[in-house]
Amino acid sequence: MKLLYGWPKYLKKNPFHYCPGCGHSIIHRQIAELLEEMNLAHKTISIAPAGCAVLAYNYWDFDCVEAPHGRGAAVATGIKRCLPDRLVISYQGDGDLAAIGTAETIHAANRGERVTVIFINNANYGMTGGQMAPTTILDQYTTTTPEGRNARMHGFPVHISDLVAMLPGVAYIERVAISSPKGIRSAKKAIKNAFETQINDEGFSLIEVLSPCPTNWKKTPADSWKWINDVLVDEFPPGVLVDRRRRKDKKRSGKKGKKNAD
Amino acid sequence: MTKQLMRGNHVVAEAAIRAGCRCYFGYPITPQNELGEYMAENLPKIKGAVYIQAESELAAINMILGASVTGARAMTSSSSPGISLKQEGISFLAGQELPAVIVNMTRGGPGLGNIAPSQADYFQATRGGGHGDYRTLVLAPSSAQEIADLTFDAFDLADKYRNPVILLGDGLLGQMMEPVEFREPVKDLPSKEWTLRGADGRPSRFSRSLILNPTLMEEHNWKLHRKYQLITKQETRVEESGTEDAELVMVAYGVAARIARGAMKRARREGFRVGLIRPITLWPFPSDIIRNTANRIKHFLVFEMNTGQMIEDVKLAVGDNTKVHSYGRPGGSVPTPMELERVIARLYYHTIQKESSS
Amino acid sequence: MEGHIVINGELCKECGLCIMCCKQGAIVKGESYNAKGYIPAKFDPSQGKCNACQTCAIVCPEVAIEVYRD
Repeated sequence: MKLLYGWPKYLKKNPFHYCPGCGHSIIHRQIAELLEEMNLAHKTISIAPAGCAVLAYNYWDFDCVEAPHGRGAAVATGIKRCLPDRLVISYQGDGDLAAIGTAETIHAANRGERVTVIFINNANYGMTGGQMAPTTILDQYTTTTPEGRNARMHGFPVHISDLVAMLPGVAYIERVAISSPKGIRSAKKAIKNAFETQINDEGFSLIEVLSPCPTNWKKTPADSWKWINDVLVDEFPPGVLVDRRRRKDKKRSGKKGKKNAD
Repeated sequence: MTKQLMRGNHVVAEAAIRAGCRCYFGYPITPQNELGEYMAENLPKIKGAVYIQAESELAAINMILGASVTGARAMTSSSSPGISLKQEGISFLAGQELPAVIVNMTRGGPGLGNIAPSQADYFQATRGGGHGDYRTLVLAPSSAQEIADLTFDAFDLADKYRNPVILLGDGLLGQMMEPVEFREPVKDLPSKEWTLRGADGRPSRFSRSLILNPTLMEEHNWKLHRKYQLITKQETRVEESGTEDAELVMVAYGVAARIARGAMKRARREGFRVGLIRPITLWPFPSDIIRNTANRIKHFLVFEMNTGQMIEDVKLAVGDNTKVHSYGRPGGSVPTPMELERVIARLYYHTIQKESSS
Repeated sequence: MEGHIVINGELCKECGLCIMCCKQGAIVKGESYNAKGYIPAKFDPSQGKCNACQTCAIVCPEVAIEVYRD
């Protein structure tokens, strides 16, 4: 008998506080697994956002600093410029990154800061009870768009990743949807690509994760997956948005050094 | 060390670099642009030093947060409206107990105001400024030499107490040129065991100001409070002159203190016995010395370049038996010593002399 | 490959994703409550043969599932 999959080394042994079916802990776990596989945990400084993941430091067993709402990219800039050889990860939600933090996100990307932003897109403000987020789609119900998002009143959903992808300092942006086993596996590969982008000094990297929020979407976890797969991906299609890396696919992730085979 | 003639804004930057500051993040705003420009030119010459012109003052203070948590000596500077933008970040720095130096070259306000010097940010600087129960040390130089010395001290105090420190100047201090002698560059910086630099060979740590449990948050606030009490006990700085035989004591800081000193000289020549108490730390405020002085001197004149902010702290300190008068010019108007001396004279004729004769 | 899983029932929040994703049908809804008031999923090899594909483990948000190869 052999253990093929167990509790990752760099996750503290604390039960997650997230809602049933939430995507946050999936990505928290994958980051912890990748840092173990790539032997980077001791050189990592992560940044926790304001949002449901504000307590990320209760789970991640590596250095973590809390940033004010939206400022993750600026805090990441300060850290990475002081410690260029560390891995700096800014973990942010959709409101954090694309509403209040728009300027910091765009300008960190524009400066080509060698940081990795993990952007959890669940199309609403989760922690505060399900208000409209920049990535809320048209006609979507939220507590501040009770009649559904209306372009005239509320503006269109913000394609922040596409906007940021235009900037030359950005080396790698990929969008994934963790609403299927295949999607979850692709998320880990994408995040690994992003970490490698940073380590190889290529530029700014961002991974957008379409993530379920069953509680505020008022759906079961299974129906939340369905909503992402049937509806949300039409607005935010998964795929590589930009790849300006010079060193690509030298070692395709997943072929060498498999640990928890994802 | 030779004396140099230098502009106030440049003095801050040069002193900061000598004090070991290796990170500067700022945004252009008059009247402190020269500070950022000096940093842009000189910081990159030092290996490992970081200069970024951030996209806003808000971004800058958050970059400071990141740099500070890695243990670097980090500084940002701005002027009044930009300092307003930084308040959230300063509150977070205080809550997370991170050192930082924030320089405010105060200008006229409120709102966009003007680019002339004023002292209208006293409340903002001394009452925390942002949200929550915290304080920042506030150092108020009144000469280029003092700017140089207090900038060094600002970094030491920030590291010693793990707290943001505000260096409160104004447009006049930033622009004027005076002879300055700098201290030698700092060789050994204090070691910091609380930094986040990657958990290499030690347990992981985190830095945060969120404490959801009210009891734990209460304890954290009292802990900060005790720190501020300690700072009050140990770091209050003040200068007094002419108070031994005075009948009227002026209280003024920064540039206003320079003007007050000129007024004091003129007043003394006319036979008015005037003294001056010059707070150097605005927080902690030198309440003790003011209270003690108020035991024997019954007239205070608070002189500020605003409509009356520090006067509240003076009133709090002196109690009931002492009259606290005030004179102020807000909005960037810089009063002259002669003008202030006339105010003193008027006070004497109308109030002080009437009292002594009755 | 043959395998089996161990579900930590106290961590399970009854999201149902593992049950949905197991292609072998080896995970079913449980019967009793855990301390948090959820009914944890249950590994039932009589309903399907586990092939240690690890899909359940990677979709579980709570990291509640350990996968073993027999």
